[in-house]
Amino acid sequence: MKAGVVVFPGSNCDHDAWYAINENLKGHAEFIWHDSPTLGDVDAVILPGGFSYGDYLRCGAIARFSPVMAAVKKFAADGGLVIGICNGFQILVEAGLLPGALLRNRDLKFICKEVGLRTETSNSPFTSLVGKDTVLHLPIAHGEGCYFADEHTLDELEAEDRVAFRYLDNPNGSKRDIAGILNKGRNVLGMMPHPERVCDPLMGSIDGLGIFQSMFANTPVLSK
Amino acid sequence: MKITPELIKLHQLTQGEYDKIVSLLGREPSYTELGVFSVMWSEHCSYKSSKIHLRKLPNEGKYVVQGPGENAGVIGIGGDWVVAFKIESHNHPSYIEPFQGAATGVGGILRDIFTMGARPIAVLDSLRFGEPSSKNMHILSGVVSGIAHYGNCFGVPTVGGECKFDDSYAGNPLVNVFALGVCKKDEIFYAKASGIGNPVIYVGAKTGRDGINGAVMASAEFGADAMQKRPNVQVGDPFMEKLLLEACIEAMKTGAIVAIQDMGAAGLTSSSCEMGSRGGVGIDIDLDKVPQREKGMTAYEMLLSESQERMLLVAEKGREEEVFQVFRKWGLDAVTIGVVTDDGNLRIRHQGRIEAEIPNPALADEAPKYNRPYDAAPYRKFPMEAPAEIAEPADYNSALLKMVGSPDLCSKRWIWEQYDYQVRTNTLAGPGSDAAVVRVKGTDTSIAMSLDGNGRYCALDPREGTKLMVAECCRNLATTGAMPVAATNNLNFGNPERPEIMAQLVESVEGMAEACRHFDTPITGGNVSLYNETLGEAILPTPVLGIVGLMKTAAPVPSTFRREGASVVMLGGMGKTDATRFGSTQYAKTLLGQTWGLPPVLDMDYEKRVHDAMRALAAEGLAESAHDLSDGGLAVAVAEACYGGVGATLTIPSEGRADFALFHEGPSRIVVSTGSPERVLEIASQHGVEAFVIGVTMKARLQIGNGMSSWIDIPVADLSNRFESALPNRIHNTHA
Repeated sequence: MKAGVVVFPGSNCDHDAWYAINENLKGHAEFIWHDSPTLGDVDAVILPGGFSYGDYLRCGAIARFSPVMAAVKKFAADGGLVIGICNGFQILVEAGLLPGALLRNRDLKFICKEVGLRTETSNSPFTSLVGKDTVLHLPIAHGEGCYFADEHTLDELEAEDRVAFRYLDNPNGSKRDIAGILNKGRNVLGMMPHPERVCDPLMGSIDGLGIFQSMFANTPVLSK
Repeated sequence: MKITPELIKLHQLTQGEYDKIVSLLGREPSYTELGVFSVMWSEHCSYKSSKIHLRKLPNEGKYVVQGPGENAGVIGIGGDWVVAFKIESHNHPSYIEPFQGAATGVGGILRDIFTMGARPIAVLDSLRFGEPSSKNMHILSGVVSGIAHYGNCFGVPTVGGECKFDDSYAGNPLVNVFALGVCKKDEIFYAKASGIGNPVIYVGAKTGRDGINGAVMASAEFGADAMQKRPNVQVGDPFMEKLLLEACIEAMKTGAIVAIQDMGAAGLTSSSCEMGSRGGVGIDIDLDKVPQREKGMTAYEMLLSESQERMLLVAEKGREEEVFQVFRKWGLDAVTIGVVTDDGNLRIRHQGRIEAEIPNPALADEAPKYNRPYDAAPYRKFPMEAPAEIAEPADYNSALLKMVGSPDLCSKRWIWEQYDYQVRTNTLAGPGSDAAVVRVKGTDTSIAMSLDGNGRYCALDPREGTKLMVAECCRNLATTGAMPVAATNNLNFGNPERPEIMAQLVESVEGMAEACRHFDTPITGGNVSLYNETLGEAILPTPVLGIVGLMKTAAPVPSTFRREGASVVMLGGMGKTDATRFGSTQYAKTLLGQTWGLPPVLDMDYEKRVHDAMRALAAEGLAESAHDLSDGGLAVAVAEACYGGVGATLTIPSEGRADFALFHEGPSRIVVSTGSPERVLEIASQHGVEAFVIGVTMKARLQIGNGMSSWIDIPVADLSNRFESALPNRIHNTHA
C-alpha cells in the first residue's frame, strides 16, 4: 500500500503517521502538501493529527478549503481509503465526508491519555483484521473530541453499522461513546484516538497496527 | 527628547550606568538609544549581577559541542548527531498574565532551540506556586493551560517536569521551561553575522506594540502595582511558531543562510546587536521596511517590542530569493530590512533619520558587570534549632496518606494530562517517571532528562541544597539506566542588591559548580532570573537544574513494581538523619507544619557509586523496577512504586524512631525490585555500595515494619486514590 499523508500548515502528527507506515509496517508513505491539486498514485490517504491552521475559527474549518481536499473528496467518491485521525477526523467532518461535529471536551480541557476502545464492526477495510468486539488501547490527545450529531444521525450511524469504535470509559462527552465512524461507502474512517502512536513496541503498545494492517489488506484497485 | 534623571530612572538605569553610556558613545544618547541600552543592559539580558559568578561553573567536557554564549548549548550524542537544549524562565509575565506568560515562555525557548537548526523533540517544565488557595490555583490553571496551548499546537511533547508549592511563590510563581532539539552536527546554525554587504532579513510575525520593555520588567521586583504591568506581557501564536519552525528548517537547508537568531527579549535590538557583535561586524537596519501590525509606531517602540514568533537572519547576498521562496511557501513575511556593514555599529534608520548609532559591542559586551556585595550570611527564614520535641504520629497509615496527598508529593496527572506528551512518537518514559526519556529516530540513542529544584533545601543551606539537587537530578537519570552528560541551569533568586540574597546566589552557584564537576555534567547554558520578590518578600532560593543523559534505545527501567513475588532491594542503604537534618524533610513541612535545621548530608563519591551500580543493574536487565528516594523518603518512594497496583511487604532494619526511618530524606538511595537479589547485592558490593533485601512485592497491599512493630499496613488502592485525587480536589474545592 502506498499511503499519502496530507500536510496542512499546522499538521504535527504527519511525521508520526509517515514513520508508522514506513518503519513499523514496512509500507510506503509519502507526504502530500496541502495545496497540491492531485494526490499522485497513492492507494490510501491519511489526514493526520495536529492543529491545521492553528485550529483558528474552528478545528478543521479552514483546512477543508485547502486545494488538496477537492482531490481527497474525489478519491473518496471513487472508493479510495481515507482515514482521518484526530484533527484529520475534524477536517473530514468539516468537509462533509462524515456526519456530525466535534465539540470541546466535556470538561473543557485538552486530554492526553490512553483510552480503551471497543471495535464495533469488522465490516470495514479499516477493522477487518481487528475483529468486532476487540478492545484496543490507544492514546487520545485532543481538546475538541466530543462527538456530536443529532439523534436521527446517530440512529442512522448505528442502524448502518457505521460506528467503528466506542470508548469504554467516555473521556470527552461524545454522544453514545462514539470514538470513530465510517461513511456510507465504508471507505472513509474518522477517529479521535491515535493508532499511529502505538505501532512500535517501544511505545508500550502495538494496538494501532491492526487498523493499518487492515488497510494494507483491503486496498481497493482503483481505476486512475 | 531631553534625557532627564527621571527618564534614566524610569529605564532602570543607574546614574553610573548612564555615565558609562555617555562615555561609550562620546555623547548623550538619544531617547531611542537610551531605550536600547536599557534593555540590553537589563539584568535579564546582560546577567550583570551574576556573570562573574557564572564563570565558576564548568562548561567543558567531551560531549560539549557548544557551551554558553549561543542561543542554546549543544552536545554530541554519538555518530554525527547532536542535541541542543536550554532552560529559560518566564516568571514575572506568568504572574501578571498566567496563560500568555507561560505560553510565550514555551515559545521563547522553542525558538532558542530551532534557531540553532535543531528540531525540538521535548519540553519539560519546572513550576512553583503559592500553597493551594483560590488565587494560586487560578495562576496554576492559567500557567498549565498556557503551556498546553503552546506546546500542543506547536507539536512538541511535554514529557516531564515538576511542580511544587510554597507561599514564598504566591506573589512570584516560577515558570521555568526546558526544551531540547535534535539535528546533525553539520546542520547547526550560529547567531554570528558575517559577510559585508549580506542582507539582513526579517521573518515571521509582524511587529506590534506588545511586550515593550518586557526585559526591563523581568529585571525588577514587583510592588503593589504589578497588575498594571499587563501591557508588558506578550501574546503568543503557536501556529505561527510552528510555521516558523518548518520554514526556518527548510530555509536552512538551502545553504543560503549565514546566521540566524530569534527575536526574544528586547526583540529586534538584541537579535541584531548580538549577531553583529559575535561576528565583529555592523548591522544597518531600516525600520520602515519592518513588517508592522500597527500604524504610527516609533523607532523606540519597534526596537523594544517583544512581539513573538519573529526571527532575524543574515543570508548570502544574491541568494535572498531562495530564502524568500521558502517563507512564501509557509505563508510568512520575509523582508530584507538591512545589511551587514564593516563599521561595527548598530545603525537604525527610521523615516529618513538615523535614530540610533551604537557600537554593537557596547550593547552586547560592555554591559556593566557587578560584583555585588555578598558578605552577609545567606538569608535564612527558618530556625536552625529543632523543636524541643518532635511528636510522633499516632497512626502511620494516616501519616503516609497525608504525605502522598500533600501538594508537593501528590500526582500531577491533572497537569500533565493536558499536555500532549507523545506527539512525534519518541516518548519512551513520559510524565510521572523518574526521568523522561525520548528516543532519537535514526539512531540507537535515547535522551533522558530530568528537571529538579529544591527551594526548601536551598533555603536551609544554599550550597549543600544545590549539591543535593544536582545529585538527585543525576540519580533520576541513573534510575532509568541513563548516563548524565550535560546540564542547563535556571537560577531563580530574589533581589541581588541585597547582600544576604546575593550570598544565597553565590553559595548556590559554587555548590552547583562543585557538584556538576563531580558528576561530569558541564553547564552548557541557562538563565538567571533575579528580583523574584513581591513587596520585599523574596522567594525561596530556587536554582533549577535540567540534566541531559544518554542511553541506548530500549525500554527504560520503570518506576513501579511489575509483579508479585519480586525481591525489594534498598540500593544505597538506609541513609542517616538526626533531629537537625529531619527539619528539612517534606514530612516536617507536611505533618509538623515546620521547617528547620539543615538539609540531609550528601557524600558525592558515594552518590556516584550508587548511580554506577544502578546503571550496571539496568545494563544486566536485573532491575524490574527502580525508583529513587527523594522528597518524602523511603515510605513515599515505596508507596509511589506501588501505584502500578502491586504492593510490597517490607522489614526495615531500624531500631530508631519510625518517623525518621520512614520519612527522612538521606540521599543516594534507590528502591529496586528484582528476581535476582543475590546478583544485585553482588553488583552493589562491587561498587562499594550498601544494599540489602528489605522485602518482597505482594498483591495490592503495602506493609512496612521493623520486624518488631508494624508501622504501615494499608491497601495500595487507598494510597493511589489519595495520590491521584489530591490535586483535582484542591483545584475544584478552591474554585468552588
